[in-house]
Amino acid sequence: MDKHPVIEIKSLCKMFGQFRAVGNLDLTVYKGDIYGFLGPNGAGKSTTIRMLLSLIAPTSGEISVFGQSLAINRNDILRKIGAIVEKPDFYLYLTAEQNLRFLGKLSGMDITTKHIHQALDQVGLLDRAQSKVKTFSYGMKQRLGIAQALLHDPELIVLDEPTNGLDPVGVKEIRELILQLKSDHNKTIFLSSHILPEVELIANRMVIINKGSAIIEGSVNDLLNSGMLTVSFSVDDPLKSQTIIQNSALAQSFLGINDHQLHMKLSKERIADCTSYLVDNDIAIDGITSTRSLEEYFLSITRS
Amino acid sequence: MTMFLSVLSIELSKIFSKGRSYIGFGAITILVPIVQAAMYSEGEAYFSLFTQGLQQQFSFTGTFLNGYLIAFIVLQSLLVHVPLLVALVAGDMLAGEATGGTYRLLFTRPVSRHIIVLAKYCAAQLYTIGLILWMSILSMGLSLIIFGPGELFIVSSSITVLQQDDILWRFFWAYGFGILSMGTVASIAFMFSALVENSIGPIAMTMAIIIVFTIVSALDAGFIKDVKYMLFSNHLISWRLFFEETIPMDRIMLSTWVLGGHSIASFLIAMFIIVKKDILS
Repeated sequence: MDKHPVIEIKSLCKMFGQFRAVGNLDLTVYKGDIYGFLGPNGAGKSTTIRMLLSLIAPTSGEISVFGQSLAINRNDILRKIGAIVEKPDFYLYLTAEQNLRFLGKLSGMDITTKHIHQALDQVGLLDRAQSKVKTFSYGMKQRLGIAQALLHDPELIVLDEPTNGLDPVGVKEIRELILQLKSDHNKTIFLSSHILPEVELIANRMVIINKGSAIIEGSVNDLLNSGMLTVSFSVDDPLKSQTIIQNSALAQSFLGINDHQLHMKLSKERIADCTSYLVDNDIAIDGITSTRSLEEYFLSITRS
Repeated sequence: MTMFLSVLSIELSKIFSKGRSYIGFGAITILVPIVQAAMYSEGEAYFSLFTQGLQQQFSFTGTFLNGYLIAFIVLQSLLVHVPLLVALVAGDMLAGEATGGTYRLLFTRPVSRHIIVLAKYCAAQLYTIGLILWMSILSMGLSLIIFGPGELFIVSSSITVLQQDDILWRFFWAYGFGILSMGTVASIAFMFSALVENSIGPIAMTMAIIIVFTIVSALDAGFIKDVKYMLFSNHLISWRLFFEETIPMDRIMLSTWVLGGHSIASFLIAMFIIVKKDILS
């Protein structure tokens, strides 16, 4: 992967009076990343995204995008960014097509009807192009929000809760669209979401922030595979497996059994030891699953 | 410049896509013909009643009820009615974006906030010009067709009778001044629009300030006397000065400066607020 940084945030701080919404935040997003931006409510995610899009002025710190300072080159930078910020709000008295035409013009692009229809088609709204947005459901507005973010073919796409209000089919479509944007067009995607399994499925790097500061940042795989994992062994005889494990040095790692599953809490390095031990004691293993999810990881990190 | 024109055309399209923008045109379209109809059927009686006292001292021949008089009467609405119609749109220019959450759409585009605010302000002013022009077409154009031209009889602190060939240019300047007056009201509503996040607030605040200033202007207390010439509400009907026998240019200039000053100050305050504003909604 090209390690060219697209977003670099250094010592970013935002104060609202005496309240520190974001404090000393550092993060780097590289070209082609799908970067998960996670944190509990009130962690400072929206404030950070708003600063990244110049909706809010930082109290201190520096934001560079495409190697340029946002404070100095705002318009050049915003020309290359498409974004959804929180709720998908539009001009309700205009049609979907009129909204996109206006927004395209404001992006300084020569947007044709063909471009608009392509963007609407991408999110499944082409047949509603001439409908006023006030007739749209929340999910449809969310789709339109994604269409406007992609309309001017931006290099960086900032998506703040893009699957909010979508039905399961819509969530899957947006997930596939995001993956396609990365794989086919090498877009960089900055994705804030509360739906952690979604982030786990599509993000390659992530940061977890809390109280305005980054707690941990890195590759999603590396972070999820570090520390203790919940490992499930599919075994032929769960009761025998339980007895063997409880009489061994692995007893402390035993979590429980159900159906044909033996659940253990193990470090990545000890999975092989445990497997060998079970096999040596005549336990047949059909499969091994590391069940540690981003959700678990997120909770362990934010609670600690 | 291209981007400014682009944003201006978008703002004008937005104005004319909203139902509320037609309330002003609709109200004028309804009100002016009502005044015309009333004057057509009862005008002579109204005129006799109004000039009852004068008729004991002067001899009136012919009729003063003509298109110019109707247009002059309709122009009086520039003090209360038209400001409300102007504030309805100008007060929504920025507050409407805050209410709808669309500041986020606008201010994440590669256009400076200065250009967006300037374009919105110009769009509000163009709307105001359109409204006054529509009023002039209906009140004078239609009245001249219905009632025909004639001498203009005005009673204020003195009686002025303007000859038929001495009127039209006065109306031209009066409507021009009306645009300046209503442009100032639009500017003030626009400034309030930058301060709040709902559209009703700026309209109510603009009307409240006009009413309060008008009441203050009517008071003759010493300290008020010294400053009341600076209140914009005092100058909203200075278009009347164009219908005096000898036009008082010094008073017109003062009104122009006061109204212009209020407009510029309101615009700059709105610009400052929006440029510095953190978009949290």
